Formats: sequence, structure tokens, C-alpha cells
Amino acid sequence: MSETGSTNFPLKMSTALPNRAAMSSAAEMAGQSKKVVTRELDFFYGIHQALYNISLDIPEHRVTALIGPSGCGKSTFLRCLNRMNDMIDGINVRGEVLLDGINIYHRGTDVVELRKRVGMVFQKSNPFPKSIYENVAYGPRVAGVRQRSVLDEMVEKCLRQSALWDEVQNRLNDSALQLSGGQQQRLCIARALATSPEVLLMDEPASALDPKSTAAIEELIFDLKATYTIVIVTHNMQQAARVSDQTAFFYEGHLIEVGATNEIFTNPLEKQTEDYITGRFG
Amino acid sequence: MSLTNGPHGRPYAKLASRMFALFCAGATWLCVTILMLLLWNVVSYGWDSLSWEYINRFPSRFAEKAGIKPALVGSLYLIGLTALFSVPIGVGTAIYLEEYAPKNRWRTIVQINIANLAGVPSIVYGILGLGLFVRAMQLNRSLMAGALTLTLVVLPIVILAAQESLRAVPSTIRQASYALGATRWQTVWCQLLPAALPGIMTGVILALSRALGEAAPLVAIGAATYVRFLPEDIVNDEFTALPLQIYTWTDQPQKGFHEVAAAGIVVLLVVLICINALAVILRYRFSKNKQ
Amino acid sequence: MSLVAPAREPFAAKSSVFDLRWIFEFAIHGVLFVCTAISVITTVGIVVVLLFESLQFFREVSVWEFLTGTRWSPLLKPQHFGVLPLFCGTFLVAGGSALIAVPLGLATAIYLSEYASPLVREVVKPMLEVLAGIPSVVYGYLAVVFVSPLIRDTIPSADLFNAANACVVVGIMILPMVVSLSEDVLQSVPNSLREGAYALGANKLDVTLGVILPAAMSGIMAACLLAIARAVGETMAVTLAAGATPNMTLNPFEGIQTMTAYIVQVSQGDTPAGTLEYRTIFAVGLALFVSTLVLNVFARWILLRVEEKYE
Repeated sequence: MSETGSTNFPLKMSTALPNRAAMSSAAEMAGQSKKVVTRELDFFYGIHQALYNISLDIPEHRVTALIGPSGCGKSTFLRCLNRMNDMIDGINVRGEVLLDGINIYHRGTDVVELRKRVGMVFQKSNPFPKSIYENVAYGPRVAGVRQRSVLDEMVEKCLRQSALWDEVQNRLNDSALQLSGGQQQRLCIARALATSPEVLLMDEPASALDPKSTAAIEELIFDLKATYTIVIVTHNMQQAARVSDQTAFFYEGHLIEVGATNEIFTNPLEKQTEDYITGRFG
Repeated sequence: MSLTNGPHGRPYAKLASRMFALFCAGATWLCVTILMLLLWNVVSYGWDSLSWEYINRFPSRFAEKAGIKPALVGSLYLIGLTALFSVPIGVGTAIYLEEYAPKNRWRTIVQINIANLAGVPSIVYGILGLGLFVRAMQLNRSLMAGALTLTLVVLPIVILAAQESLRAVPSTIRQASYALGATRWQTVWCQLLPAALPGIMTGVILALSRALGEAAPLVAIGAATYVRFLPEDIVNDEFTALPLQIYTWTDQPQKGFHEVAAAGIVVLLVVLICINALAVILRYRFSKNKQ
Repeated sequence: MSLVAPAREPFAAKSSVFDLRWIFEFAIHGVLFVCTAISVITTVGIVVVLLFESLQFFREVSVWEFLTGTRWSPLLKPQHFGVLPLFCGTFLVAGGSALIAVPLGLATAIYLSEYASPLVREVVKPMLEVLAGIPSVVYGYLAVVFVSPLIRDTIPSADLFNAANACVVVGIMILPMVVSLSEDVLQSVPNSLREGAYALGANKLDVTLGVILPAAMSGIMAACLLAIARAVGETMAVTLAAGATPNMTLNPFEGIQTMTAYIVQVSQGDTPAGTLEYRTIFAVGLALFVSTLVLNVFARWILLRVEEKYE
């Protein structure tokens, strides 16, 4: 649905987003410090191998898009970066994921601390069945923030960052479930921002939304990358082209190609990438 | 009647289908009628004996002077204590099995074990209580022994209900909470328990209704049937309970005692209805708060 | 609006072991584990208590005599320790009540699942829940005051307390269980089966009896077994209704005694602890525990297979 919805508005979007051709050049990419680095990452669900030998650098303050057909392992990879896969039984991880040079799969890693640093936004918006305020305040609360004034400030800041403040400032105590789909997803982003993460993982954040909400989210992503390092999974190639600086193409658990977004989309090196981008499969 | 012939070969097919529907409907209304009949019978039989004095009197050798005060008080103590023991342990077990335990063979074994415990007759728990609490732990025939025995009886009910309502909480909530850096317990305490609370409460009420109506385990641990004082010390004093008192009166040959038994049943049912109504109100309040 | 994240220490891989938060989490984990252990210990406790006392009983009475003897009179001289009469009484009541509850319950379940309008379901289902929530001692009372005179009026030769009496009330008691379990099974039959049959021109009777019921058969059997297990373990109602005479008979109008009723009889009497007579209740309890366990495990096994079939 969103696939068809999004094809007809790049025109509108191109005016909304500033020109970033200069930024996404390969040259600048190379000079950027690496926030997250994976080294020879293998991932298994039981005996089924979902990721093969993935080595990928994710530059700081840039948007990295992961694209590929369904089941190619892009979501699995994303969930490796904040160890959300730990919740599934019978998984096995080999290789390294380095956050600021430290392996997060090292024994004794504080997963809770990790997840405060690496926030996540899910495909389907999943607000807690509580008030808007409580949703945003949850992260700081579980981190031990008690002072009401600090929480108030935090909630306002994050809602402003996610461009939701103007719409909800007068009904912070209403249930989050009364918001529209697009608002709910922006609330989830605000909620993720409230833990002051350094990296923000987004798993197809706009796939369940209408074109207008999608545009809002994409604009938001563009604003957020000044502060955060963003990794976004998307099955929508226009979206990847619009929002990201670096694109990685996954296919059947392999990382086929990675590079600056404009290069991947205009001049892919691999045949498979080209076929996928031009819509020959997937 | 053959099911394989075409419509022309089955002139009675429509009639048969009609009759079957009527038969099934009849069975249903028979069930409902039986229920009505039973309740009416008990209420009409016990109505005359019901009075404030009846509730506020001690049992007696004479039916017309018999009252249920110690039984009522004993029953209320019993379900209070049973709730005190069974709710934390039962909900704790459910949380452990759903959120903490690794999904391995041991968990499966424990799960099957609990499902089967739910099917163990209550009198067997009574025998266990007799061996464990009354004799081994020297609690004698006290309220404590009775409450602990009833706790064992209702524990599987609480566990299974709590597990089911925890499982019904969408996993997206769980993931969102973990992704925000909440610990396991923070996730359970702040997100899962509030969301599962209405279901857990329904299970607890069901369990306590069961505990309130159980007489068999209390008989097995040797609870008294004729008590002329109110229990004051929960680990020493003897006690009796409503269902036990009803049983004793019903077992008497005199018709007068049957009438006080019927009155006792009415009181028991009223208490049961009150508990269930409380559950409905609480559930309503909680679901309203959430919206 | 500041967009700069507050400065913080770089990510450290290892958490401090002495972090208060982890100690708290660890303690909670421990407490929850202990809760779970209690349920396991309960099972072990039941088995240990029953076996321990029963073994002492079987030192004096051979297992063979216990299982095959046809006379049960441990409280009277000469003592006999054959559990068969109690067993016979138990299963006479369980079987009789199933004869009442299963046809009535199944027909009700079919009506609620296949025929009834949503409104009727909304009204009848809570009523059945009420029926299910009535304590067993109330059924005992009804047997004594209501059913027993009725049976004696119809069949004057019947004993005052008899098996039929117990069958009627226990049948009513397990009725809601049969209804709700069978209805669940009927509801779990995929709608595609119904639609497929209707598309072939079958009428409601054909679909219900020819398609739905066979598809749900094993699940319904499991439901009946669970209900029978409940009847086997039923105590207060049969104690009051069926009399207290261990009797090896299949005549429902004679007085009998069930295993549960015997345990009640001894518990209420003044049999001194530690004697052979006293230990009989543990041996009978063990027999009761094993019977209900076998029925339950078998029923659950069937239900598990049904679930797998429709997944």
C-alpha cells in the first residue's frame, strides 16, 4: 500500500527536502568517523543462518539505509545492533558489532545500557497504553530520573524534536492510543529520543503510514541526523534514495553492496543491486 | 436417513434438521431451567431461617437456634489468607514462566506439571495438607493449615490465568520497553503487569470463589465442624468454614437442620456473588482508566 | 532548541557487578524462581506424602489384596482391604454422571456453537458459568433434600442414599465443564470446513453431524475425559448423596461408597493417627490421585494432538 502511495509524491518531497547531493558524496563518507562497525557478523536462528559474514561501517551523524527484498536479513541485522534479537530463543551470533570501538556482544555487556545508547523505532507504531506524557517519560523514568521538572523538560524537548509538540501540547495526559497512525509513530520516535540515544535504529518506520505521514517522518529523519546516527530499514527504494547518505543492499543474508546512496542508485557495481533497484525482482 | 442421497431422495431432511435444532435448543434451555430450579429451591427452603440473628449466632444443637457466625468469619479469614499466599506466589510463578524462564525442556515439564496439578482432586490436596501442614509443620487444625492447603488447591488456577493474560499482552509492548533500555523487571512491573491486570484479577477471583466453596480439603485436614467461638489466633485456634458448616447440617437427619443449611447456602452464594461483582467493578474501573 | 545530546562517558562493555540495579534484578529473579519452585515442590510433596504413608500400609496389606480384594471394611472386624468396591462406586458415579452430562452438554454446546444467536449466547454462557461456580457442597445438599426424595418416590425400592442420586447431581455439576470445553473444540473447527460443506448443498444437520462433529470428535472425547476426571475426584456431593456402604454393585439404586467419600469418612471419625486404619486414606488417596492423573494426562494428550492438527 505504502509502495503505491509513495511513488506519487517524490515531486512534492523534492521541494520539502534541501539539496544534499553534496553531502552524500563518497569522499565525505570516507572522512566521517565510524559510529558502529560490524565485523564478519554471522547470525543463526537455530540452525538456519540468516546473516553471512556482514562487515559494514556506519558513519556518525549520517543516515544509513538498509535495502533488499523481504527476508533478506536487513531487519535481523538492524536488531543485532541493539541486541533486540536476544529476546528470541535459540539464536546464535558470531563476529563482532563495535559501538565506539567496543564489542557489544562481549560477555558481560550491559544490554540495558546499550539499548539506552542505541534507540529503536519499530515498523508498527507501538505506543504503550498510557498517556502521551508517560510514553515519552518512560525511558528517562526507567533510567532513574525522578524529578518532575527534568521529565517535563525532556518530554517537551523530545516531542519538539519529533515535530509532535504543536499537535499534542494541550493533551499530554490523553491516551497515546487516541493519536493517528502517523502521530503514534512520531510519538514512538520521541519516546526513543528521550533516552538520549547516540544511534537510532528504524525498522521500516513509515511502511504502515499514509503518504503525508511518511513525508513528515522523512523530514524528521533529515533533521535528526545532525544529532544522531541513524540506521533505517526500508523496502521502499525512493525512500532510501530520499533520506539516506549511505545505502547497503542485502540479499539472502549477504551484504551485496554498500556505498554512498547516490552512487548505489545511479551506478551500482553489482548486477544484483542493479536488478533490485531497477525493479527486476523483489 | 441417509446423508448421501440427493435432495429428492430425502423428503424428511429438512424436518430432521429442524428437529435436531429443536433438540439442541431444548437441551440448552433444560440446563438453564435446572439452574433456575436449583436456585429457587434453595432460596425458598432457606428463606425462613435467614435473619440477622442467624448470621450473628453460634451453631447449636437445636436447628432453630443455630447460626453461622463462626463459619462466616472463618471463611472470610480463610479466603483472606489464601489470597495473601496464593496471589503473590501464583503471579510470581506466571511471570517467571512467561518472562524469565528459558524456553527449554524444564519449562515444558513445569508447565505440564501445573496443568496436571489443576486436575488433582481437592481432597488429595487435603491429604497433602494433613501430612505436610497439620503433622509435619505442627500447625494442627488451625486457620493457617486450612489457608495453606487451600492455597495449594487454587495456585494452579491463579498461575494459569495469570500466564494467559501475560501472554495476551502484545509483544510489541515488550519490545518497545526493552528497546528503551528498561530492565526485565521494569518491563514487567511498568508495562506487562498493568496491561495484564484485568485478566489476572479475573483469575484470582475465580480462584478465591473456588477456595470459598471448598469443603473437602478442610474435612481432610480435620477442620472442626462445631465451633462455638471466633478464631483469634490464626496458628492455634480451631476454625470452621461455611461450606463445612453446610455439609455438617445437611448430614443431619432432621429436616430443621436442612433448612438452616439452605440458609447457609444462600449466605455462601451471596458472598460469592459479592466477590464476583467486586471483580466486575474493578475490571471496569481498570479498563476505563486505560482508555 | 538544543539538539546536542548531553555529554556522557563512552560506552563501556562491562557492567559493574556491584551495580545496585543488577543486584535488585537478580534478587527479583531469585524470588520468582522460588515461586515457581513451590508449584513443583507441591507435586513432589503430594507424591512423597502419599507414597510414604502408603508404603507403610502396604507393608501390612499386600498390594495384590488391595487391588483385587472385593471387600472393603477396614473400620470393622473382620477387616478387609480390597479397594475394588470403592473403585466400582467411584466409576459407577462417574460413568452415570457422564451419561447425564455428556448428551445434554454436547447438545447444548452444539446449539451454542452452531445455532444460537449471539444474544442467546451472551445470556446462556454466563448462566453456565454461574452453574460451574456453585460449590460442590451445595450439590450435596440438593441431592439430600431434593433429588433423593424424588428418586424414592419413583422407585420405592431404592436405598435412601444411592448411586443414582449422586449421578444426577454430579452430572449437573460437570455439565458446564462439558459444555464449555466442547464448545471450544467446536469453535476451533475451521470455518472453511463449514463453508465447503454448505457449498455442496448440505443442510445444517448434515454439516453439524456429518462434518463438524467428526472433525471435533477427538477434542470432545478429551472434554468428556476431563469432565469424568472431575467427577472421579468429586467429594462433598457424593459423600452426602451416595451413602457410606462400600458395595460392589452396578445397580445405581443401591447405596455405595466412593474413594473420596471414604477419605472423608475416616477424616471425620476418630481414627488415631499412625494406625493401619488411618493409613488406608493415604493408600486410597494414592489410588484416586493415579486414576485422575491418568484421565487428565490422556485427555491433555488428545487435546494437544487436536491443536497440532489445526495449526
